[in-house]
Amino acid sequence: MEILGIWIAAFLTLCIFSCLYRDNPFYRFAEHLFVGISVGYGIVISFHQGFLPLAWEPLSEAMGALWAEITRDATPETKAGLGGLVKIIPIGIGLLFFARLSPRHTWLVSYPIAIFIGFTSGAQIPNVLQAAIFEQTRGTIEPFAAMHAGTIPPGDFLGVVIGAILMVVGVTCTLTYFFFSVEHRGPINWLSKVGIAFLMIGFGAAFGNTVMGRAALLIHRVGFLINDWLGSIF
Amino acid sequence: MLEKLMNIDRRIIFILVAVVVIIPTLIPVNLPTTVSEPTQKLYDYIDALPPESTIIMAFDYGPSSLAEPEPMAKAVLRHCFDKDIRVIGMTLYANTPTLADNLMQKIATENNAIYGEDYIFLGYRPGALQVILGMGTNIASVYETDYNGTAITEIPLMENITNYDQIDLLLDLAAGSSTDAWIIYANTRYDLKIAAGVTGVIIAQMYPYLQTGQLVGLMPGYLGATEYEKLLNVPGDGTIGLNTASFIHLLIIGIVVLCNIAFFIHRRREE
Repeated sequence: MEILGIWIAAFLTLCIFSCLYRDNPFYRFAEHLFVGISVGYGIVISFHQGFLPLAWEPLSEAMGALWAEITRDATPETKAGLGGLVKIIPIGIGLLFFARLSPRHTWLVSYPIAIFIGFTSGAQIPNVLQAAIFEQTRGTIEPFAAMHAGTIPPGDFLGVVIGAILMVVGVTCTLTYFFFSVEHRGPINWLSKVGIAFLMIGFGAAFGNTVMGRAALLIHRVGFLINDWLGSIF
Repeated sequence: MLEKLMNIDRRIIFILVAVVVIIPTLIPVNLPTTVSEPTQKLYDYIDALPPESTIIMAFDYGPSSLAEPEPMAKAVLRHCFDKDIRVIGMTLYANTPTLADNLMQKIATENNAIYGEDYIFLGYRPGALQVILGMGTNIASVYETDYNGTAITEIPLMENITNYDQIDLLLDLAAGSSTDAWIIYANTRYDLKIAAGVTGVIIAQMYPYLQTGQLVGLMPGYLGATEYEKLLNVPGDGTIGLNTASFIHLLIIGIVVLCNIAFFIHRRREE
């Protein structure tokens, strides 16, 4: 069975690689199969790991407890399960998304969307400000504070000074490039051009790392073909 | 000659890349590597944890990107089991549970780690933001059961663990934006220590977090896996992969330099 899996994986890998020559039915077959299986697998996992444990099981347990309460068969255990009834609220709000299927009730979709946007904004705005703005600003100016306090080891001093100056110049010039309220002329133009240079260095680093990442994927698949597939034949 | 170089068929480059990958795969070479500061920081942090500390490993990558994070996961799991550090596995990606579960079982078996005592795998729950925030309050409110369906209240490893207060580190093995989410919500809001092992595509985005201390350590792609394996003195998939990748990098640098020279000469002639 394992050998069969290796052969199927090798065939699909070669189908995908065949696109390097030119587009062909084998490539399209493998591509569509990959997309279909990914979506199907994702839905099954979401159902079993999300819907069942978080919604269906607590709610069905609560409904059983409620029925026991009505029929006066309740025990301390079933009473504890009654807490699951609170799940009706989020489930009900979630089900309102399906109101879009009925033209007369489409307006009901606004409620779950409003709750979702409200919750996400409330969770994101303070945390993103703290993590991405305040902390990064602190990180930019902190080396100067360390220099002022004299806490940098003498051996590292020159490197820290150069790094700190480069960082402040880079941040200032790059932000100037994105500052469109003033016409880019004279000193502003020069600062923004330096900003472009920093951006290009950043993009270059990102591109170089992306090449490394893509090479890793290729190496992984070639390793599989040579070691696992051909290794199983010879 | 220049004209030919400027209009080279891309398939010739593909063949060259294939040759450069296949030869070192068939005849492995061992290139020297040094350990960079971000990986050293992560290793030192985990190495300094006392036995029976607990870390969370978030397997936030999919089957299409496992080439880089998987060697990192193997190396860190080996280190943790060797140091008697307990590992809680989880994922924010729906396509990952089987991959991560199999990987943890394999490394645990190699290191005689026991499920439920040395490690557990919680699996996947939908809604990354809600999962990260919910676990900060009460892990059991998000994961009532582990991946196998066992109530986490019945698992010995989880006996004294309620939320992030009892977690010493979260290592995010990421192929997307999940590390940002862990930093923004778990680190900023709950002060949870975060480290990351990321694919090449997102390395550049992670360095600002490293500089501010929002990340305690970072494994950058294959390089990070190789460095961690070197620190453990156990060469693995990362080391093999990086040796091969080095030849591809040399080829690509050569092609880029050659084509740029050809481009500038061609332009000068036209002028």
